[in-house]
Amino acid sequence: MTQRPADLRAATLRSGAQSASGHLPALILSAERLAAMIAPGAHGLRRSGPGEDFWQYRPAAQGDSARSIDWRRSARSDAQFVRDREAQTAQAVGLWISAGQGMGYAGSPDRPTKADRAHLLALALAMVLLRGGEKVGLLGQPARAGRVQADRLAEQIAASVPIPGDDDAPSPDMLRPNQRLVILSDFLTDTAWVDALLARAAGIGVTGVLMQILDPDEEVFPYEGAVLFRSLSGAVRHDSRDAGGLRDAYLARLAERRDWLRRRATQAGWQFGHHSTGHAPAVALSWLYQVLAD
Amino acid sequence: MLMLGPIGFAAPWVLTALIALPVLWVILRALPPAPRQVAFPGVALLRGLLDRVPIARRTPWWLLLLRLAAVAAMILAFAGPSWKPAAPGNQTGPLLVVLDAGWSAAPDWPARVTRAESALSDAAAQGRPAALLLADGRPAPGALPFAPADTLLAGLRAAQPVSWPTGLPDDPSATLAAVPEGQLSTLWISDGLDHPNRAAWLAAVADRGPVTVVPPARALRSLSLHAGDTPSLTLSATDEAAPAILAIGPDPQGVERELARLTPGDAATAAGISTRPTAIDLPPELRNRITRFQVEGEAHAGAVVLADDRVKRRKVGLVGEADRQAEGQQLLSQLHYLRRALTPTTDLVEGGLGDVLNTAPDVIVLADQVDLAEADDLAAWVDEGGLLIRFAGPRMAAFEDLQDEPLIPVALRQGGRDIGGALSWGDPRGIAPFAADGVFAGLTPPEDVAIRAQLMAQPAPDLAEKTLAALSDNTPLVTRARVGQGQVVLFHVTANAEWSNLPISGLFVDMLNRLVQTARVSPAEERADDRDQPFWTPETVLDGFGRASPAEGLAPVAAADLVLGPGPDRPAGIYAAGERRVALNAGGPLVLAQWPGATVEAAGAATGRDLRGLLLALAALMLALDALGSAMIARGGRVAAAMLLAVMILPAPQAQAQAQEPAPDVNPELARAANEVALAYVVTGDDRVDEASLEGLRGLSMVLAQRTSVEPGQPVAIDLDQDDLSVLTFLYWPITDTQPAPSPQAYVRLNHFLRSGGMILFDTRDGDVAGVGGPDMSQALQTLAAPLEVPPLSPVPDDHVLTRSFYLLSDFPGRWQGNPVWLEAPPAGAEAAEGVPFRQLNDGVSPVVIGGNSWAEAWAVDENGYPTFPIGSGWEGEMQREMAFRFGVNLIMYVLTGNYKSDQVHVPALLDRMRTEETLGP
Repeated sequence: MTQRPADLRAATLRSGAQSASGHLPALILSAERLAAMIAPGAHGLRRSGPGEDFWQYRPAAQGDSARSIDWRRSARSDAQFVRDREAQTAQAVGLWISAGQGMGYAGSPDRPTKADRAHLLALALAMVLLRGGEKVGLLGQPARAGRVQADRLAEQIAASVPIPGDDDAPSPDMLRPNQRLVILSDFLTDTAWVDALLARAAGIGVTGVLMQILDPDEEVFPYEGAVLFRSLSGAVRHDSRDAGGLRDAYLARLAERRDWLRRRATQAGWQFGHHSTGHAPAVALSWLYQVLAD
Repeated sequence: MLMLGPIGFAAPWVLTALIALPVLWVILRALPPAPRQVAFPGVALLRGLLDRVPIARRTPWWLLLLRLAAVAAMILAFAGPSWKPAAPGNQTGPLLVVLDAGWSAAPDWPARVTRAESALSDAAAQGRPAALLLADGRPAPGALPFAPADTLLAGLRAAQPVSWPTGLPDDPSATLAAVPEGQLSTLWISDGLDHPNRAAWLAAVADRGPVTVVPPARALRSLSLHAGDTPSLTLSATDEAAPAILAIGPDPQGVERELARLTPGDAATAAGISTRPTAIDLPPELRNRITRFQVEGEAHAGAVVLADDRVKRRKVGLVGEADRQAEGQQLLSQLHYLRRALTPTTDLVEGGLGDVLNTAPDVIVLADQVDLAEADDLAAWVDEGGLLIRFAGPRMAAFEDLQDEPLIPVALRQGGRDIGGALSWGDPRGIAPFAADGVFAGLTPPEDVAIRAQLMAQPAPDLAEKTLAALSDNTPLVTRARVGQGQVVLFHVTANAEWSNLPISGLFVDMLNRLVQTARVSPAEERADDRDQPFWTPETVLDGFGRASPAEGLAPVAAADLVLGPGPDRPAGIYAAGERRVALNAGGPLVLAQWPGATVEAAGAATGRDLRGLLLALAALMLALDALGSAMIARGGRVAAAMLLAVMILPAPQAQAQAQEPAPDVNPELARAANEVALAYVVTGDDRVDEASLEGLRGLSMVLAQRTSVEPGQPVAIDLDQDDLSVLTFLYWPITDTQPAPSPQAYVRLNHFLRSGGMILFDTRDGDVAGVGGPDMSQALQTLAAPLEVPPLSPVPDDHVLTRSFYLLSDFPGRWQGNPVWLEAPPAGAEAAEGVPFRQLNDGVSPVVIGGNSWAEAWAVDENGYPTFPIGSGWEGEMQREMAFRFGVNLIMYVLTGNYKSDQVHVPALLDRMRTEETLGP
């Protein structure tokens, strides 16, 4: 029996994510967080439904199975009672990973590409969340809970293909209430979409995390001499006779971009972090776990 | 020519290009290296940034230096530099270049031509008229024309050494009649040997001006054959070295290679020439295969001795009673034993005495022959040096006029004697030890050789000295007498096992070989005209470098001229007249030349060493380094290292390929054929024919499996040049006219296949057109089958076992019908009465069956079992196909069962007899 390449890739990705997330405790959102989530909800959840906590006893009606009758309560009277639990919903987390050409960059063959790292982080985070009973899905796809969802996510992530251009942005229309977003990108290209996304998210009360993933070469700019820079898709070029002389200007612009992102995130109630592919993925995963657990 | 210290420049003006180097420096310095291309996602952040310093990088100084040095090396190279060039002469008069062009000039011919070329180039530069005298013995008539020197260069470069000695025109003054005004300077590029006319020429040119002689750069060695009763080689050399002499000839596979190495003997030095006699001490089988002797490491015609009849095997004529055909009776024939003993080492001629004499043999063996009709011719032949070996026998013993019989070494007593017979006293006699100085010295008579009958010699005073071998009672066994230049030898016993068991011992072979070796081989030229062969035709000729090539466009040479040795019209090589071949060899005794009154250049210091190639190589190396350096700058050190590695690895795969042994690969198809019965066909290269062969044999295999107990596997395709045939029994060979002939090795395998019981079915596939005068395949068949050991053929007789080995057949149709099918002919005189009139070779199976009925096409079926080719029309055609299948079944049965099936013919008779005995019995 032969396996399709996508299966193989999904399997490797999944095993990598499992090893990265193995040491983390299950992510259980705190009770306050649950209550807070429920509180801003438009429909309210003070009704019976699937859940852990007791809600009410009610007389058994036509259609209730004998198994659902609470016999201890029924024994105190002549009627039969059914024990209802309060409905609970898990938190839904949407993941979005940039598929721009630039994400396929790795400064050195012994480092993973940024896209690889982003996929790994996304899936590891998804596993941690799923283990804690949360619902996870890619942005635009239905969020589901359960162990099977990890496999499904791994397949979806592994099957994702880069788009031809450098720019990739999530559509704000895909935002849904009661969601937390994790946006993984390098944020090196045009960032107008961040404004639009954050504005929409603030409008419907969605918060999340912006995670910038960069290659070490992009953080330190180790080039010298005459260099012709071009983007991965080849659309943008920059010819330099003295690349070493550009380093300071480049680093200044990069820092400026990060400041801007952090400012915007904070304004919208989001979190901003950055991660270098030269570092271990567990660091970034712990950080993501912490900010999501808050 | 510009001289800078020890370096001279032929084209100094090119050096002015060196002035351009500083300009080049500035230009190269100003050109920046190409930028690196880097893929970088953060380009958007760089957009709009400006370089602080516009040009920050230059080509590194070491790269600049490397490039400039490469350019400088190229400029120097094109200026034609040479290290310590020959001092330019400043003569103004005409120049004569004498270039010895015999075989002795061949060893360092390119150096000679180069030397002459440089002299002519110098003369051309100085505007002197020049002439080139090519001393190859073929002078142009009239005076030697003088011309501008550069017009002679083409002729000089086209000149090649010849395979005969250097030869100068006869009359120097006539040849030099057209010398222009001025003092003639002569450059004589000599081969170091003396030649006819050389002294006269030296005097003539010395009279007209200075003579410079260029001696040969290396020692010269030549090889010559000393013919005689025991041919030997002589190695003459101008130095003391003694290289081995290689004996070259075809090995048993027919591949030309070195067969043996002879070591020259001790040197005798006289007048600067050392001569070493070398005995050709080789086994006769090896010696007979030798085609040439060659001095190791020498490439000129003088170092080659072509082997001819003088070295080769003796020709022995066998005269005796005609053989009896039948196999069992061969052992009674005297000639059988002689043939078996002599075939490995000699060429045999059989026939009547007159026929044998006409072939000019070296030895004639008469087996029990008396009262010969051509006795006078025979006596004359012996008188001229022939060796006659006679054997006694019943006929000689019973001959009444034995006393008067000529050509008998000793007088014989009529009747002979029996020893150890039923009616005689005593035991059979053994052979006494041979005399230590006789012909048979060193041979040891085996103990078990016993003579039961012999012809007795009359006692005579010279009997003892005529006796070569005697019995233990001192009665002669072999006697010899000299007649004229020849000799007559008599064995007093028969050549078969009737009178003694000597002929079935190894001693017999040794004794005959010893005797045959004593046969005198007369010099070929003396006998050249005695059999109406006044002319010899060149077969193979050598060029000056000793390379053989077929003779083309050469006229036959008169026998009288051949004695003179090689010359302009008769290059060294092999010449044939009728059956006989004689070699004309270039090598011979050497005589060193003396040069009174001439300037002899020191050997080896003649011309300067040309530095051009060296400098160009240096420039190329530096440019390669430059490429590496540039790559290192543009792509980083790893790319450069990879390129360096690639450059170093490039020759490696070849070395690996050489180191790898060719693994012996066995065709898996053949392995399968060895495991089961499989029919095989020869791949002809014509896809359509090969397809038909495969389908045909597949169809036949199917029919065999259905109808008989033979169940063949899938047919096997055989590539004759590659595959081993030893596991096959039956080979189908369709003939096409485009088929290439197999290699000699393939024929060796095919002959072995035929001898060991295999059969080839040749199918010319032209049954529809053969015999009507159109083109058919018979020519292609003849060409392909010529090297095969095919026995005499005849059409299939009516009673042949092939007609009844499974089905009863009267015709052998294929896709065509009505054409004769040929197989091995029954021997002449055999009677058909016994029903098995065939020779019992190969178990009674003919090794070949030849026909043109295109059987494979009749047998051919496709994968579903349906016939592929149409036959005839309608029902008759299908009947013909059925008959074709029946022929195939019969043929395979015949191949596989051998004479078992022919024995089956007797079964009814045997049963009949058994029945008769039963009825007669109790």
